[in-house]
Amino acid sequence: MSILADKNTRLIVQGITGREGDFHARQMHAYSPIVVGGVTPGKGGMVTDYGVPVFDTVGQAVREVGANASVIYVPARFAPDAIMEAADAGIRLIVCITEGIPVIDMIRVRAYLDTKQSLLLGPNCPGLLTPGQAKIGIIPGNIATPGNVGVVSRSGTLTYEAVNALTQAGMGQSTIVGIGGDPVRGLGFLEVIQMFNEDPETEKIVMIGEIGGSDEETTAAWIKDHVKKPMAGFIAGRSAPPGKRMGHAGAIIEGGMGTAESKIAAMRAAGIRMAELPTDIPELLR
Amino acid sequence: MKLHEYQSKQIFGRFGIPVPQGIVAENATEARNAAREIGLPVVIKAQVLVGGRGKAGGVKVARTLEEVEEKAEHILALNIKGLPVRKVLVDPAADIQSEIYLGVVIDRARRRAVLMASAAGGVDIEEVAATTPEKIVRVPIDPFVGLPDYLARDVAVAIGLPREHWGDFVKIAKGLAAAFVANDASLAEINPLAIVGTDGDAKLLALDGKMVIDDNALFRHPELAAMRDPDEESEAERKARNADLSFVSLDGNIGCLVNGAGLAMATLDIIQHFGGKPANFLDVAGGARADKVAAALRIVLSDPKVKVVMFNIFGGITRCDEVARGIVQAMEEVKPKVPMVARITGTNKEEGDRILASANLITANSAAEAAQKAVELAGLN
Repeated sequence: MSILADKNTRLIVQGITGREGDFHARQMHAYSPIVVGGVTPGKGGMVTDYGVPVFDTVGQAVREVGANASVIYVPARFAPDAIMEAADAGIRLIVCITEGIPVIDMIRVRAYLDTKQSLLLGPNCPGLLTPGQAKIGIIPGNIATPGNVGVVSRSGTLTYEAVNALTQAGMGQSTIVGIGGDPVRGLGFLEVIQMFNEDPETEKIVMIGEIGGSDEETTAAWIKDHVKKPMAGFIAGRSAPPGKRMGHAGAIIEGGMGTAESKIAAMRAAGIRMAELPTDIPELLR
Repeated sequence: MKLHEYQSKQIFGRFGIPVPQGIVAENATEARNAAREIGLPVVIKAQVLVGGRGKAGGVKVARTLEEVEEKAEHILALNIKGLPVRKVLVDPAADIQSEIYLGVVIDRARRRAVLMASAAGGVDIEEVAATTPEKIVRVPIDPFVGLPDYLARDVAVAIGLPREHWGDFVKIAKGLAAAFVANDASLAEINPLAIVGTDGDAKLLALDGKMVIDDNALFRHPELAAMRDPDEESEAERKARNADLSFVSLDGNIGCLVNGAGLAMATLDIIQHFGGKPANFLDVAGGARADKVAAALRIVLSDPKVKVVMFNIFGGITRCDEVARGIVQAMEEVKPKVPMVARITGTNKEEGDRILASANLITANSAAEAAQKAVELAGLN
């Protein structure tokens, strides 16, 4: 079992003929045969050299190949439109990898999604990986192995570091979910941890946060009352100065809010074992 | 990107918010001419992109033209929190009866822009939020409807604004919300929004203005992008922005090059954990091609405080051997004179290690080991 995606997911790639989209579509296709199509307006009717049909619209892809998930690699100025197109076509899971979308656009997109049935992961995220079954996004498949640890994180490479350490310690993963580093996004820690909590094959959970916002604190309060599965965590940004954006648009301490200390304290209070170094995580789950 | 007070007030004015008719001056003579045109008394305000300029002596009232010249001269010679004052705003002095706070910010948890107001204006709003949060009123701005009149009026009522100002307050609040959205702001603030003038003739006036623009939206606001004050960022930060690298200058002596923002933050934490001080945050992003690594390395080394450089790379889809070649090539181009410590792991780690071993680099098997070595070297130099 897993959350969000498995070997039966029918994935399309929006922006499949672009540089990023082409590179990652090949990687996803090579990992598992879940890629059923791609979308690039104006290139419908084409078939990629690895055998995936390209459509002009997401609606066509849904009708013709039964797509139920989409991953978006289009540039920031077109990505909000791409998300809304996927939602309007009835795509159940939309994963937006694109970085640099203006916050005002994401506020509108989120409000639009409130009227639809879709779940959004991202933007500015590495996507998700259910080891051995489904790779949606850019998480390298070779560092993961199937197992029972659920991983959720706001970061990309920091997650890879933790997943790599888990794999080397012989602890496989159920699903790895990157929720992204933007201030306004789709699924948050709370929704993903609720899914892991209900997933019978996820036995342990890893939560990797960073400075900025209050998602970790809000989620920790829920975890305290609802999660019995063992959890380990890490927060990046203990040494970050206030008022500076640390790479991710959402990673900023503003008005004394969003500090690493506050998040670490809240997560500890929820019973999560907090790591000093990301590579300490496997040890804390034993 | 931050805007100056005078720039923010110009934008507010275009959205129907009453602002003082001030004039910007770059020297004492210009300030004097401005004051003559405006009429005395005036208030002379340093235009710098940091808070606390009042306490630093950057805001003064002048009653005569001689006083204007003298005070403008003084303020223009100031350096406030490391930033030189290059411009002053000369505003007509206002007869202030009371001050309120009005701002629009992004509320991440609600996923909305929200209008914030408080009867406690003219003071640091963060302090109000921390000590007496009940004094701040917040209402969400609907992304499709904007701020309706009734919600703006609710706010006026909630902060106890006298009835005769409700009509103007609604216009100002709606104007601020509209200015926020139209300019892709992440902050738009009037502090204080003052009731000025005498009874019977009293009115609301935006005495100060502050805006921060979402950097990700500057592509569709070239007129705002052109307003960027080079003093807002360090030379290295500007170069990094032009090279499309995420970079923040810090005050330590260990230069850092990392791929990924989260891992980069964690790397600073690890350095600090072992007693060292990072000189910067730098995310070279995915790929880490040689030219990008070289650009990043040049920026890190341009800081004379840097005594050692630490690489922390996780090779994912980009293989470690490719990244290692990028690092070696960048070192050949840049020829660094300080020691370099590299930790590289992930896909094809062994091959990456082999390539790095042939270069003039100290290698480490973990981020912790690399940080310990870097901290030791930073202390020795």
